[in-house]
Amino acid sequence: MTSPLQNDRYTSSATGPRSDDAVVARVRNLQKSFGDVDVLRDVNLDLYASENLVILGRSGTGKSVLIKCMVGLIKPDAGSINILGYDVLKLSQDELNELRLQVGFSFQGSALYDSMTVRQNLEFPLKRNLGIYDPAELNERVVRALEDVGLESAIDKMPSELSGGMKKRVGIARTLILNPKIMLYDEPTAGLDPITSIEINELIVKVRDKYKTASIIITHDISSARHTADRVIALVGGYNKLEGTFDEIKQTTDPELEPFFNY
Amino acid sequence: MKIRTFLLRIADIYRFVARAVRETVMPPYEWKETLHQCFVVGNRSLFLITFTSFLAGIVFTRQSRPSLASFGAESWLPSLVSQAVVRSLGPLITGLICAGKLGSNIGAELGSMRVSEQIDAMEVSGTRPFSYLVVSRITATTLMLPLLVVYADVMALLGSYFTVNVINHSSFMLYFNEVAVSVTYVDIFSSIIKAAFFGFAIGIVGCYAGFHAERGTTGVGRAANAAVVASMILIFILDLLSLQFINLFRR
Repeated sequence: MTSPLQNDRYTSSATGPRSDDAVVARVRNLQKSFGDVDVLRDVNLDLYASENLVILGRSGTGKSVLIKCMVGLIKPDAGSINILGYDVLKLSQDELNELRLQVGFSFQGSALYDSMTVRQNLEFPLKRNLGIYDPAELNERVVRALEDVGLESAIDKMPSELSGGMKKRVGIARTLILNPKIMLYDEPTAGLDPITSIEINELIVKVRDKYKTASIIITHDISSARHTADRVIALVGGYNKLEGTFDEIKQTTDPELEPFFNY
Repeated sequence: MKIRTFLLRIADIYRFVARAVRETVMPPYEWKETLHQCFVVGNRSLFLITFTSFLAGIVFTRQSRPSLASFGAESWLPSLVSQAVVRSLGPLITGLICAGKLGSNIGAELGSMRVSEQIDAMEVSGTRPFSYLVVSRITATTLMLPLLVVYADVMALLGSYFTVNVINHSSFMLYFNEVAVSVTYVDIFSSIIKAAFFGFAIGIVGCYAGFHAERGTTGVGRAANAAVVASMILIFILDLLSLQFINLFRR
């Protein structure tokens, strides 16, 4: 477990020996304010290949802002973000789009295109990004992606016909279909019942094991963090205050974080 | 602070328009989606335009006829109606109907996509949502409005002919010969170009309002409302400006 990490000499406390070569995403001294509100004051993190990193924190602590900065949806005020060797803040729009093909983003509300069927939702990035228009190949890839999330039966349904958990899984399938190297999950279990939450957590672990993706999971759901995390970073007051395995973090006596584990 | 916000908004609109123009002329082109949007634009507005233009032709003819008859100039009716329809009535009716029908639709559609993070989802998957959603819609409204205006002109003239025929039993050939003599190429082309500008305005305003929607469902309603109001005002301003410009050619 580490103390507050607030400078560019940040070193991750990832368990076991890890080389810099294994770092797939690196964030340093990230700051972001909205008006007078400082959301991110000084956030640092390293994400290693094939690991699930959980960012834990209360609502409004900037967890989602952090991963939106990482994919260029929000521009930070200061700091640096390096993903898969790309300096995100210095990329042109075309370069950013190229990088985004390697980074999957699962939205809190699933963000399925509601005018398209599940099949069309999954075909969309294949057609637009990879230029695949062959119906047989499209069908094969879509079916395979849906099988991975256990939803092949929903292939011709509209998003409005799906439950919350099914939408999440289709959203994950839509990002997995491009074989990303990094997955970013924004509150994957928010608003779901406990059983569906467990299914989503198992899916996140399965994605790491099968696709060897590195993932950042934004959550305030302790059960989800315990189930999915290889490593946890606790975000408090715009800083990454604690870092370690779930069991290490659980021992905290920090007044901001203790209630998470002892509610 | 309000002036600063206003100026920032103007700068933002300028950037949006510049980006839309740049991405329209620069590849990759969105042919398929643009064609789809052209179909949607035409399909959504055709019935309303048919109905309102035909009725406008009837009403305008019935209202103009007594005044012309009092001068003994009833034979000028086709000439008066056709010039009014082609120069102003057709583009204006079509523009206002499309502003209401398409502007609100585009604003609400893109607005709901924005607040439900669908546009962000396209953005992070590298699928260029601006080009796919905005450029295709603006191109479609810009291309389709002139066609719809020509169609509206024809429908209004048919409405006018219908009225004249019921009252005076004049022939189709006679009526439309008069129309052909009165309407000049300047009238037709200026009307078409004006309609293209109306279409561009409707597309830009609807897309801008929708693309920048925020704060949930209220934001979607606001986007749709702003799209209609702003595009209607723009249509009247463009109509006035185009009149001043076209008059230079008529003199």
